[in-house]
Amino acid sequence: MKGEYAKIAGFAAIALALLVLAPAVLSDFRLSLLGRFVCYAIVAVGIGLAWGRGGMLTLGQGVFFGLGAYVMAMHLKLSDAGPTGVPDFMKLYGSGVVPGWWEPFRNPVVTVLAIVLVPSLVAFGLGMAVFRRRVRGAYFAILSQALAAAFAILLIGQQATIGGTNGLNGFRSFFGFNLFDPVNKRMLFYIAAGTLLAMLLVVWQLYRSRYGELLVAVRDQEERVRFLGYDPANVKIVAYVVAAAMAGVAGALFVPIVGIISPAAVGVVPSIAFLIGVAIGGRSTLFGPALGAIAVAWAQTSLSESFPSFWIYFQGALFVLVVAFLPRGLSTVGSILTRRRESA
Amino acid sequence: MKSDYLELTDVRVTFDGFVAVDGVTMTVLQGDLRFLIGPNGAGKTTLVDAITGLVPATGSATFGRTELLNRKVHRIARLGVGRTFQTASVFEELTVLQNLDIAAGSGRGPLTMLRKRSSTPPEVEAALEVIGLTDLRDRQAGVLAHGQKQWLEIGMLLVQDSKVLLLDEPVAGMSAEERQQTGELLQRVGENCTVVVVEHDMDFMRSFATSVTVLHAGRVLSEGTVAQVQADPKVQEVYLGRAEVEA
Ligand SMILES: Nc1ncnc2c1ncn2[C@@H]1O[C@H](COP(=O)(O)OP(=O)(O)O)[C@@H](O)[C@H]1O
Ligand SMILES: [Mg+2]
Repeated sequence: MKGEYAKIAGFAAIALALLVLAPAVLSDFRLSLLGRFVCYAIVAVGIGLAWGRGGMLTLGQGVFFGLGAYVMAMHLKLSDAGPTGVPDFMKLYGSGVVPGWWEPFRNPVVTVLAIVLVPSLVAFGLGMAVFRRRVRGAYFAILSQALAAAFAILLIGQQATIGGTNGLNGFRSFFGFNLFDPVNKRMLFYIAAGTLLAMLLVVWQLYRSRYGELLVAVRDQEERVRFLGYDPANVKIVAYVVAAAMAGVAGALFVPIVGIISPAAVGVVPSIAFLIGVAIGGRSTLFGPALGAIAVAWAQTSLSESFPSFWIYFQGALFVLVVAFLPRGLSTVGSILTRRRESA
Repeated sequence: MKSDYLELTDVRVTFDGFVAVDGVTMTVLQGDLRFLIGPNGAGKTTLVDAITGLVPATGSATFGRTELLNRKVHRIARLGVGRTFQTASVFEELTVLQNLDIAAGSGRGPLTMLRKRSSTPPEVEAALEVIGLTDLRDRQAGVLAHGQKQWLEIGMLLVQDSKVLLLDEPVAGMSAEERQQTGELLQRVGENCTVVVVEHDMDFMRSFATSVTVLHAGRVLSEGTVAQVQADPKVQEVYLGRAEVEA
């Protein structure tokens, strides 16, 4: 019960910081930067679920992030081009004709559904193939990493239809709102922050539910769970699909906030970067992944502004320190100290 | 009800040419407390593994006329066949209550799963009482004493609603008093179930077995009541004789 109140207080503090404090003190530029970090945090919440609670080392969340992002970007390009128009880059590099598989994304409802459903379905298919065959541990991590690499390569090869290395960019409006208007940019921040808070509520409910307890059981002793009459593959698939859907939503919000999506933002490197914040924040805690993701991204931006070449070493050192001394992340420092005091 | 018995016919398990279980045939009736004994490496654990789907096997193992062999592990569990492990394997990070609640829940629908447990299910409450862990319900399973972990495992079988209980060395490492308690617990449980206990401890067997099967080198060497088995010269030669020498 005490833990429950602490979580309510923590949630309220995060909500206040994001919805009241940040918009009040940050410049438009910084706020939009924070909006980008909030998108990473949404991915991180899903990784916390799949990895922290479910034990699946998801090294390829860039794939789902990218699927959501590209679906959104295609819609924005199409709506910028007008009802039957052709996106600018297609006239430049392509045949000047919109491919058939782009067409559904002219529709905003289809787009919003696809942002959630496409990553979910891909994750479901992968999960069925992988977890049923009992691929796990390092094999699963390498496989998901390879998928991220393959996905980025696939995108790079599609210059004419999906923008290749350049990706998709130059969006002018977002569901009818002008993206150059600072008021609308602030609105985008609120949408991202609200989404993050909603995702935190989703995992909170999952963690306190019976499913959450079962997921931890599967993480710690997958084989034992079978003898209780459960198929652990199904338990893992649920967490994996939810994490993928979260990454997809994050990618979709990232696009209008940052203004560009390219293969560089969805491949191996960003997939690993998603994970670092989660590890540092505390992968199996409720708020650790989101806070860790924001903190790491913030530190990266400020440090690499002043010491451009220094960040990568700092990040590496921090990661090693956390893995070696605080395997459950920085947000567990508090509880470790209390336990020390109690046992002393 | 008496048709709910466990029947093994010519069960055989081979590991890369090595025959670990070599054509075992036996029948265990409901209400029976069957002890499965035999020297180390006799194939006792492997036989339990075969029945519960952990290793592939040939032959037949039926419970209530349903074939168990070569089904998926979780399907066999759902058919009412439960087991414990030689080394207690509870979910250490979860509480006693959570362990039991998970064991009780393989039939729950998605909506129940996605909600928090609002009250303790009655079968879990009853099992806590039976295994004597009511006061420790909110304790993490990882900090339980060895004996308590084994009892928790037995409790998990009870709430799982298993009709066949296969217990692999449940009293190994227990004190004399804990053994006594475990034996009484098994007797109570055994009234409505088919129980097979794999065990090394002869005193424990003498106190609680209603029937005994002796396994040696993957085969059934002898079967009967405790007295019959103890009087069997073949058994004395490979097993009991040695145990008596040691004692
Ligand atoms: N997975 C395995 N692969 C190869 N041999 C095994 C395997 N499991 C058990 N065995 C062998 O099968 C025999 C029976 O083992 P086991 O069933 O564990 O014996 P018990 O439980 O009666 O002591 C032993 O000789 C053991 O080495
Ligand atoms: Mg054994």
